[in-house]
Amino acid sequence: MDGSRSVGRATIHGVRAEPTILHLDLDAFYASVEQRDKPSLRGKPVVVGGTGGRGVVATASYEARHFGVHSAMSTAQARRLCPHAAYLGGRFHAYRATSAQVMEVLRAVSPVVEPLSLDEAYVDLLAADLPDRGVAAVSALGRELKRRVHEMTGGVSASVGIGSSKLVAKIASDLDKPDGLVVVPPGTERDLLRPMQVTVIPGVGPATTDRLRRVGVQTVADLERLEREELVHLLGRAHGTALHAMARADDDREVEAHRDAKSISVEDTYETDLVANAVLTALLDRQAVKVTERLRSSRLSARTVTIKVRLYDFSTLSRSATFAEPTDEVRQVMQTARRLLGELDTSGGVRLLGVGVSGLTDWVQEDLFADDPDDTGGAATEPEVDEATARAVAATVRGRGWVPGMDVEHDEHGRGWVWGAGRGVVTVRFETAKTGPGRVRTLSAHDPALRPWRPPEEASPAGR
Amino acid sequence: MKFRVPRDVLADAVAWTARALPVRPSAPVLAGLLIEAGPLDDDQGDGLRLSTFDYETSARATLPAEVGEEGTVLVSGRLLSDICRSLPDKPVDVSVDGAKVTLVCGSARFSLQTMPVEDYPTLPEMPQARGTVPSTVFAQAVNQAVTAAGRDDMLPVLTGVRVELEGESIAMLATDRFRLSQRELTWSPGTPDVEAAALVPAKVLSDTAKALTGGSEVSIALSSPGSGGAGEGIIGFEGSAGSGGTRRTTTRLLDGEFPKVRSLFPTEHLTVARVDRSALVDSVKRVALVAERNTAVQLAFSDGVLTLDAGSGEEAMASESLEAHVTGEDLTTGFNPGYLLDGLTALEQPVVELAFTQSSKPVVLSGVDSLDGQADDSFRYLLMPRRLLS
Repeated sequence: MDGSRSVGRATIHGVRAEPTILHLDLDAFYASVEQRDKPSLRGKPVVVGGTGGRGVVATASYEARHFGVHSAMSTAQARRLCPHAAYLGGRFHAYRATSAQVMEVLRAVSPVVEPLSLDEAYVDLLAADLPDRGVAAVSALGRELKRRVHEMTGGVSASVGIGSSKLVAKIASDLDKPDGLVVVPPGTERDLLRPMQVTVIPGVGPATTDRLRRVGVQTVADLERLEREELVHLLGRAHGTALHAMARADDDREVEAHRDAKSISVEDTYETDLVANAVLTALLDRQAVKVTERLRSSRLSARTVTIKVRLYDFSTLSRSATFAEPTDEVRQVMQTARRLLGELDTSGGVRLLGVGVSGLTDWVQEDLFADDPDDTGGAATEPEVDEATARAVAATVRGRGWVPGMDVEHDEHGRGWVWGAGRGVVTVRFETAKTGPGRVRTLSAHDPALRPWRPPEEASPAGR
Repeated sequence: MKFRVPRDVLADAVAWTARALPVRPSAPVLAGLLIEAGPLDDDQGDGLRLSTFDYETSARATLPAEVGEEGTVLVSGRLLSDICRSLPDKPVDVSVDGAKVTLVCGSARFSLQTMPVEDYPTLPEMPQARGTVPSTVFAQAVNQAVTAAGRDDMLPVLTGVRVELEGESIAMLATDRFRLSQRELTWSPGTPDVEAAALVPAKVLSDTAKALTGGSEVSIALSSPGSGGAGEGIIGFEGSAGSGGTRRTTTRLLDGEFPKVRSLFPTEHLTVARVDRSALVDSVKRVALVAERNTAVQLAFSDGVLTLDAGSGEEAMASESLEAHVTGEDLTTGFNPGYLLDGLTALEQPVVELAFTQSSKPVVLSGVDSLDGQADDSFRYLLMPRRLLS
């Protein structure tokens, strides 16, 4: 009696007895989409991320990983390790579109799909149509799912893990990457976890790892030997209790189908530290417009506006404000972002600026004065930008004019992507996913026949 | 300085004056309560004048007292208020001894530090008195009028109530841009042709109206703008206290132009529903239990029934139906339940009338004495609906 009571709430729900939670992780997702759309890069090292002097690697293809390149590394370091890789800025419209295709494949298997990011999702197989839920049946489903993802996306591979809990499924998907499939049979979960480093458990970051190491805990097996009270003493009630359960593969978190986007944000790192208030405000305004456009095209509204500012010394500040009512008005987002920026001391220079909205919902409170914006004592809406500011802003933005990797279209040569740019010229490889490797041409950066290309449905964000 | 005063009279006046003490005083002396002992104005005999002021709002109370020695002293208002509230029911003797104030009541004895009187700001003069209104009517009317006032300091104009004095009528309007409340009442103007308007901070107005119900009448004082006379840019309210003496408050008016809102009340109605008010309040409260912070309550009117719904299929849901007298077309709309309840509870009649022009347009709430009675439009509450984006 005593024993089962002390285990607490977790065992009342219980971990599932069958491997019915699937975790799918797309392999080197951004790089893989690039290789799909740029046939000449297939089989070659590709690094997607910030391409400027201060950029950071978002994803490296497996070919680049052989050279030691990995995500979160600075692009400068990656270039030293792997100078011949293709360094590309991201094309998020393409990643979003591909992600949507993958989620569609998953939802065809089970209505209960919980996306974690563009390239990762849990699927609840209890809601799937399966002959039984044995290892053989779920393995077959996993293989079929991988095949369909590969087919629907035109060549993106996925790694799948299936287990009795989110914890086990997620660990399993990472065991045989890329293109892997691992099913953890029920009853073997703890044996699987024991030899692993404690960092495999979600919520164990550098701080917790450090504390655990000081008491001699490195592996899950070490962790399992600690009493719950010891862990609570070491890490606090909530974290200690959770970790005690997780170390025993006792994870009863359910797959939540409707965990929709919780926030929408944009941020930009600048080549030089920006000081002028007018320039910062103008850049912030552009970001506010962009965020609100994305909010509106998702048919959502938001209650909270957050700005993020990284200063010259890398200190990162964020400030947020919450409205009484959700909004989808660019004016309100912009004014709030500006007010929040005004509360910060940016005189030392700003290297990164970002605007985000959260508290998303699908309705707005109608406003009595919506048709009459001047009537409420609100501040001016459109920035009064002088010529010098306009030039400074344009320079910041022009610096990213022809970003390596971006899609372009030329009147004569058709569609392609930017290989490199600078000194007034832009080098373009004219190819698409369907054409096979294409030719490289160098054009004037001001060639009137050359323009950025966007898929048609993304070109004009849906208004109201 | 030396005086004796009954405990209740003092406690009431101190509590009333201390209401206006700033929570975070911008200068230490503003945490003080000024006590002046001596002959009162208008041949009221000897007494005390208690004052607080934070440069925005001032409060002043007078009370009769046996003054042994005239004088002025400044003490911590919060502390004095706490002390007076806890005193036994005996006469209170107060005297100054150097830099200390001694307060004796029964066997209780307090010694308080004084603050420098010379640093204390002069209270603004009372503007010109314009007329009077029964204090309970005023308090009730203000309570309704402030319902829709904004709380967002980023839009200061909307944190005010527009008070319009015109002949024998007063109109009070407030809006936070999502709803609008309008209250009209009659009063006794000093001159029949009085015409003045002011934007009064809603919170101060609400507190003041509630605090002036001790006497039977409230006098409203407001200078004409641009006259350059005493009390320009402020409004004053004065009444008497149940325990004897007078109570007056002044507050600085808000700057800025209050939006033109009267025309926002629609003149035509497509659908008008009448519902038992307390039944509707209870239903909205129940259904709103599942409406998380970010969701709304849906109202569907059709054929004698009002159906309320809230929540979503993914989470909890609730619905409830109640009897409604509906004239006009069927209609479905949705509101922030908090805003809806604010309006419903501000009304006092047993029946509420909900009038719509269209489902996407605002509802106007007003009170009715019975299902087939005449709607009372002295108080109207207009509420904008939510609009679904998907």
